[in-house]
Amino acid sequence: MNKKKKQMTFRQFMGQESTAGVVFSLPFIIGFLMFMIVPMFISLYYSFCDYNILNPAVFAGPKNYIKMFTDDPTFWKTIQVTFYFALVSVPLRLIFALIVAMILQKTTLATGFYRAAYYLPSIIGGSVAVAILWRRMFAADGVFNSLLGLIGIKTSFAWLGNVNTAIWMLIILAVWQFGSSMLIFLSSLKQIPVSLYEAARVDGASKWKQFWSITLPLLTPTIFFNLVMQMINGFLAFTQCFIITQGRPLNSTLFYTVYMYQQSFEFYNTGYGAALAWVMLAIIGLITIVLFATKRFWVYSEGV
Amino acid sequence: MLMKRRIGTVIYHVLVCGFGLVMIYPLVWMVMSSFKPTNTIFTTASQLIPSNPTLENYSNGWAGFAKITFAQFFSNSLFISIVATIGTVISSALVGYGLSRCQFFGRRILFVAMLLSMMLPAQVLMIPQYLWYQKLGWVGSYKPLIIPYFFAIQGFFVYLNMNFIDGIPRELDEAAKIDGCSYYGIFARVIFPLITPALITGCIFSFMWRWDDFLSALLYVNESAKYPVSLALKLFSDPGSSSDYGAMFAMATLSIMPAVLMFIFLQKYLVEGISTSGLKG
Repeated sequence: MNKKKKQMTFRQFMGQESTAGVVFSLPFIIGFLMFMIVPMFISLYYSFCDYNILNPAVFAGPKNYIKMFTDDPTFWKTIQVTFYFALVSVPLRLIFALIVAMILQKTTLATGFYRAAYYLPSIIGGSVAVAILWRRMFAADGVFNSLLGLIGIKTSFAWLGNVNTAIWMLIILAVWQFGSSMLIFLSSLKQIPVSLYEAARVDGASKWKQFWSITLPLLTPTIFFNLVMQMINGFLAFTQCFIITQGRPLNSTLFYTVYMYQQSFEFYNTGYGAALAWVMLAIIGLITIVLFATKRFWVYSEGV
Repeated sequence: MLMKRRIGTVIYHVLVCGFGLVMIYPLVWMVMSSFKPTNTIFTTASQLIPSNPTLENYSNGWAGFAKITFAQFFSNSLFISIVATIGTVISSALVGYGLSRCQFFGRRILFVAMLLSMMLPAQVLMIPQYLWYQKLGWVGSYKPLIIPYFFAIQGFFVYLNMNFIDGIPRELDEAAKIDGCSYYGIFARVIFPLITPALITGCIFSFMWRWDDFLSALLYVNESAKYPVSLALKLFSDPGSSSDYGAMFAMATLSIMPAVLMFIFLQKYLVEGISTSGLKG
């Protein structure tokens, strides 16, 4: 520091652009290392161990991974359930969001109110309160059945107790929260130049044709980005499943994350849980790569 | 022609409004049910308006469980959410400025790391972080729920600030520099006051997410006096511990109030946050 070769005081050093950049980014550098990278590597080690939190970890090689793929039917079941949930709920939600955004694009006096009504469920949909509400709504004596009763369908069917319908209650809950995607679509719809539609109209294109040739192609970048983010989040849904069904009945709604939680904190197979976390990371990476690989076939990019 | 258009408009409003009501019906039903005598909630489930409204559920629910009232749970949630939000907003503004305005070695790598942190949600890190916090001796305290947020670990907020700062003309920075301002001075005197809207948006989202956070409370808080509302509500509603659905819905209604109020009064900022975060293609 005291070598005055460069004639730079501490003050000057701190004032440099490159130093300032690092100083400002320091919280993230520390946080990223401390709370993401370090934990990930610790868990990578534990995933190769027999470990149950209470006793010291014993290195066991790839045992956990071998068990997962060859000797754990529940693991395959959760993969199946989770993929089913994500692959159904995310596209449905995006389609709903797009349709409603198209409808609400037209501004009338009540538009503000409508947008609010459609958006509200997204704000609170992830809360415990809504999960509790959902559990009671679709119970045998719940509000859904009594509303069916009003229109003449008398039933005391337990929607959450049936292997075929329970997962759909979670899917409906996810689709119900289409509001934020709708807002995103609304603001990208606004960015499409009006001149394109005018030109199309002069050329005699119908509304339907305009949608398929102008609106949809120009929205594909937004759709793509949201598809990627929501697929990841769909694959990681936890709270709603954890509170509403706990995987019941017969593991037909057992999400991957909930299974991971059970293995680690209820059965104390923490080493196994760590292995599950790593496999999940691999799956998410794979989904992202696959989605990006399909990008050039359907996502419009400017200047090409 | 005019007639036809008018009928079209009416149909449009009836459909859109009707579907909107279906959307918010579950919530309205919950709020209404919280004012019904608890033993009539399910016998009158199809009836929306309570025939003899009561506040009993609120006083019963507020009493909580194990001699801990919901006043305690709410103040726990408030404490966690506010402190974590302050940490998130300040640290994200600093990092956002650094990444947006300064050229330095490693900037691109950091940017990629930030995008990665956006794509790596809490659930993937659930077990890794638990093991690490256990080593640090943080399990059983609020530390895992608060301290990490002082290190800008949520890429979303950094991204929000970067986006906003990118929109501020660089001429302002240059002018301040000529007047003798350092990078730190520029941030404190020029940028920070100008990004207030982004800070408010950040506060709202961070507060709502921390308030709703259930997973980390479940993992790290193990003393019932320290429970935040989300966890208390879950235990309150567990089959076996309570069948007082009126009280449950009353507390559930109160627990979503902060989000609903923010939604009503700060909608503009919410919409802004969602559009900037979701538009990047």
